[in-house]
Amino acid sequence: MNEIIESVKNLSIGFNSQKGKQISILRNVSTNIKKGETVGIVGESGSGKSTLALAMMGYIKQGLFPLKGECLFKSEDLLKMSSRQLEKIRGRKIAMIPQNAGQALTPNLKIGYQIDEALRLHTDLNKTERDKKISELLNKVRLPSPETMAFRYPHELSGGQQQRVAVAMALAGKPDLLLLDEPTTGLDVTTQAHVLELLRFIAKDTGTSMIYVSHDLGAIAQVSDRIVVMYAGEIVLEGPARKILKEPIHPYTYGLLKSIPKLSLAGLPASMPGSQPQPGSINEGCSFYDRCNLATNHCKKNSPDLEHIKELDTNVRCFNHKELINQNNNLQTSITKKLNNSEAIEVLKLKDVSISYAKQKFFDQLLNKISDQNPTVKDINIDIKKGETIALVGESGSGKSTILKSIAGLLKTKDGQIKFENDRILSSDLKMRNPNDLRAIQLIFQNPDESLNPNHTVEQILSQPLKLYFNLSGEELKKNIIDLLKKVRLGEFYMSRYPRQLSGGEKQRVAVARAFAAKPDIILCDEVTSALDVSVQAAVLNLLQQLKEDLGTTYVFVSHDLAVVRAISDRVAVLYQGRLCEIGPSQNVYKFPSHPYTEVLLGAVLEPDPDIKPKLVAEDIVEEKPPEKGCSFQGRCPRKIGDICNSEVPPWQIGENGNAIRCHINIEELASLQQ
Amino acid sequence: MLLLILKRIGLGLITLFIVSLITFVGVEVLPGDACTTYLEREAYGAALDACIKRLGLDIPAYERYLDWASNVVRGDFGYSLSGEMPINEVLGPRVKNSLVLASVSILIGIPLAIVLGIITALWRDKLPDIMISTITIFSMTIPEFISATLLILIVAIWLGWLPGIVIIPSDATFYELLSNIILPVVAISMIMTAHMARMVRSSVIQVMASDYVQMAILKGVPYWKMVFRHVLPNALLPAINVVALTIAWLLGGVVVTEVVFNYPGLGRLVIESISNRDLPVVQALAIILASIYVGINLIADLMTLMLNPRLKSLQIRK
Repeated sequence: MNEIIESVKNLSIGFNSQKGKQISILRNVSTNIKKGETVGIVGESGSGKSTLALAMMGYIKQGLFPLKGECLFKSEDLLKMSSRQLEKIRGRKIAMIPQNAGQALTPNLKIGYQIDEALRLHTDLNKTERDKKISELLNKVRLPSPETMAFRYPHELSGGQQQRVAVAMALAGKPDLLLLDEPTTGLDVTTQAHVLELLRFIAKDTGTSMIYVSHDLGAIAQVSDRIVVMYAGEIVLEGPARKILKEPIHPYTYGLLKSIPKLSLAGLPASMPGSQPQPGSINEGCSFYDRCNLATNHCKKNSPDLEHIKELDTNVRCFNHKELINQNNNLQTSITKKLNNSEAIEVLKLKDVSISYAKQKFFDQLLNKISDQNPTVKDINIDIKKGETIALVGESGSGKSTILKSIAGLLKTKDGQIKFENDRILSSDLKMRNPNDLRAIQLIFQNPDESLNPNHTVEQILSQPLKLYFNLSGEELKKNIIDLLKKVRLGEFYMSRYPRQLSGGEKQRVAVARAFAAKPDIILCDEVTSALDVSVQAAVLNLLQQLKEDLGTTYVFVSHDLAVVRAISDRVAVLYQGRLCEIGPSQNVYKFPSHPYTEVLLGAVLEPDPDIKPKLVAEDIVEEKPPEKGCSFQGRCPRKIGDICNSEVPPWQIGENGNAIRCHINIEELASLQQ
Repeated sequence: MLLLILKRIGLGLITLFIVSLITFVGVEVLPGDACTTYLEREAYGAALDACIKRLGLDIPAYERYLDWASNVVRGDFGYSLSGEMPINEVLGPRVKNSLVLASVSILIGIPLAIVLGIITALWRDKLPDIMISTITIFSMTIPEFISATLLILIVAIWLGWLPGIVIIPSDATFYELLSNIILPVVAISMIMTAHMARMVRSSVIQVMASDYVQMAILKGVPYWKMVFRHVLPNALLPAINVVALTIAWLLGGVVVTEVVFNYPGLGRLVIESISNRDLPVVQALAIILASIYVGINLIADLMTLMLNPRLKSLQIRK
C-alpha cells in the first residue's frame, strides 16, 4: 500500500513571455502518489492543476516547457523520455480520462475501434480475444447493450455514455495509474453522481491509483483519499481528504470551502475578495497575500515554505495557519439574506405557456400556427411577484433556458400568454414589444466572454443601453457609467478596459452592470455563475442579492446547480422535460415531501463533505423528448406506481408548507416514503 | 440517403433550368438578335431574312426556348453561326482537350497539394514549413499570365526544352497533347496547388490542436499512426469541397492560361465565341459549364456526407 508509484520533485513549468522573460505557471511542485491511492488535485482555473496532471504523463502542452524538476514514474523521469518510450507508458502504465469525452473521442472512428486501438497497442490479445474484451470493458463501465455500442460513433452517444467510453478506453491497457482531468465537469448532476460512483467502484475493484483533477470540491470529496490544493501554480495545502475538507488550515482552502453554496444552508456563501494573481506577477511574498485576511507584513515580503504538520499529517504553505485551527465550526455558516416580502404584487405571469422547437410545416407556416402535439415546453403556469427571485431548476433538456428565452422575447411561444404588469399581454416576439417593455426585461448570459463585444471598451458596452433607453450623452452619460461601475464594485478606471483585460468575475460584473443600466424591472439570469470559479461565483451571487435589496429588482434565475439556487432564490420551480414538477418557497422545496424528480436531484448533489454520499435513486438515462402523455418523469421515476403514471397527467397537490407537487402519489404518502 | 441524393439532384436540375433561362433571356434582351450581331453590316435584305428563317427567329421567344431546351436535353445544341457546323462538333474536341489538361493538372496538383499541406502543418514553423510556405505564398500571389509568360521565356525561349505555345490541331491525339501540355500544367498547378496546400495546412493544424488528438497521444498511439488514423480523415474532410471547386474551375476552362499558351480548350472557345458573337455557342457553353459546376459540387457534397459519420446519421435520422 505504501509503495510510491509516481513522484513529482520540485517541478516548475513555464513559458517565455513576449518580453523574453521566463514565467512559471507551476512552481516547485512536489508530491507522491502511492499505490492504490486516489489523490484529488483541486484549484480554480489558472492554478496549474491540469498542467501538473499532464506533466505526470510526461506531456507538456505546446508553448510550455519544464524549467526544473522531474516526474518520476517508477523511478524513471518521464520528462526525459523519448516519444518512443512514452508511447510504451501512456495508456499502458498511466492512462488518461479526459474532461470532455465528447471532444476527446475521434469523431470519425467507431467506439469499438477506439477501444480496440488501445488493446492492440497495449496487450498481446488476438482479434477474437480483443472483441470479447471490448464487450467486457463496455459492460464494466455499465453501458447499455455493450455488443451494439461498439459499432456506434461518438456523436451517437449521450455525454454520460461518452464519458463511460473514455473510462473503458483508459482501462483497456490495465494501467497502474489513472489520470482524471475534470471527468464529470459538464455532465448533468445525476449523470455526474453515477460516473463518480463508477470511478469509485473501479478504483476499489482494480486497485488502480488515481489522480483526480477538478475545480469541484464536491466531486473531489467523494473520491479522494488525499487532497492537494493548488493556488497560483503552487501547492498550498496537502493532506488526508477528511482533514482538508473539515479542518482546512490554509486561508485559501478555508475561503474556498466557505464560498461553496451548500444544500443544508439557506443564505448566501461568503465570498473571497480579489482573484488569483496572473502567472509572473508575483515577485515576492506569499501568492495569496492580496486576498488573505490573516496576512501580515511578514507575508508581504517573505514567501512561506510548505511546512509539514505532523499531528495532522498535512503540509501547509502559510505562516499563520495556527490561527485557523479550531475555526472549522465557522465553515457551516452563511450570510443571511433579506427575505422577500411575499405580499408584493405580481409583475410577470406565465399562463399555460407552451413552446415548440418543431419545424413548421409548409401549411402551418402559411396559417402562422404551430401544430406540435408534444411541444418541448408545455403548460407552464408561474406567477412572479415583484422583488422576488424565482429559480428554474432542472438538468439539460428540462426547458429552463427555453422558458427564459420566451420571456425575453427571443423565442415564440406556441400557446399561452406572458402577462406583464397589470395583466397586459406581452408578445413573445421581440419585434412586437414596445421600447419600454424591452427596457423593463433584461437578460444576463451564462458566458460573459461571448456576451460582451471584444472590440468595445467597458465604457462603450455600458453606454449602449444608456443611450438607447435614456438618450444620455456627454457628462451625464459618463456620470451614469461611473455610477453603474460603482454599483457592481468596479473602479472608474475600468471604463477604458477591453473585456479581454478583465478576469472572468470582472467580466460578469460588467454584464450585470449592463443589465442594470436599463433600470429594468425584471432581470433574467441564464446560468450566470456556472462559468465562474467558486470564489468568484460567491462574489457574483452576493452582488446580485445586494443589488436586488437596494433596487427591488425581480430575478428569474435559471440554473442546474441546486446549491446555488438554494442560496439565491426565494422560490424554486423544478422542471423535467419542459414540464413543471414542483414549485414553492425554496426552503420548502428543499425539504420533504418532494416530487420524486426533486428527490433524485437533491440526492445527486455532491457536497464538499466526505460523509455525505450522493444517493443514486434513478437511472441516468437520457430521454430525447418528453413522453406524449402521462407524467413527464415516468421514464425514470423511482417511485412510479403503475399505468396511471403513463396515461394521465398528474394533478397538482399543495403541501402544508405551500409547495405544489405534481404527482399521482398522495402527498402525505410521499412524505412518509421519503422520511 | 437515397431520398437525399434524389433531392440534391432535383435541386441541381432546377439550378440548370434557371441558368438556361437566364442565358436565353440574356440573349433575347440584347439589342438586335443572333443574326444582326453575326451579319453585322450585311444585316439587311435577303441575307438577314435567310438567316432569321434558318435560325427560326421569326417564331415567338417562348416557343424557341422550349424548342432549344428540348433539343439540349436530347444533347443537341444546334448550329454554330461562324463555322456553320453543329455545335456538338465544335465542342467535342474542346471538351476532350480541357479534360486532358484538367485531369493531368488534378492528378499532379491535388496529391502534391495535400502532401505539401500536411508537411507544412506537421513541421509547423520549422524549416520545411517556412520554405514551402514561402514558395506557395509566392506562387499564389503572382498572376497566372505573368507566371505563364515567365515559364515560356525561361523554359521555351532561353533553355529551348519545350515548345512555348501549343500548335496542334484541336483533334490531336492524347499522346500528341501530352508533350505539349507540360508548361500549361505547370502554370496551372502552381496557383492551384498553392491555394489548396494552404487550406490543407490550416485544417491539419486545427485538428492537431483538438482534444481528441491530445487524447490519442496520451493513449500511447504512435505518431504516424495518430496522423493517419486520427488526424487526416478529419482534416481532409473540409478540403473535399475546395478540391471540387478547383476541379470545376479547371474543367470550366482556365481562360488566361489557355490564351497565353494558345491551348485549344473550352476556355479559349468561350473567348472566341464571344468575340465572334456566336450566340448559340455562348449559350451552349453556359449550360455546359453550369452543369460541370453543379455536377461536381453535387459529388463533393455526397462524398462529404458519406465520409462524415456525423452528417450521415443526422441526415438518415431526418
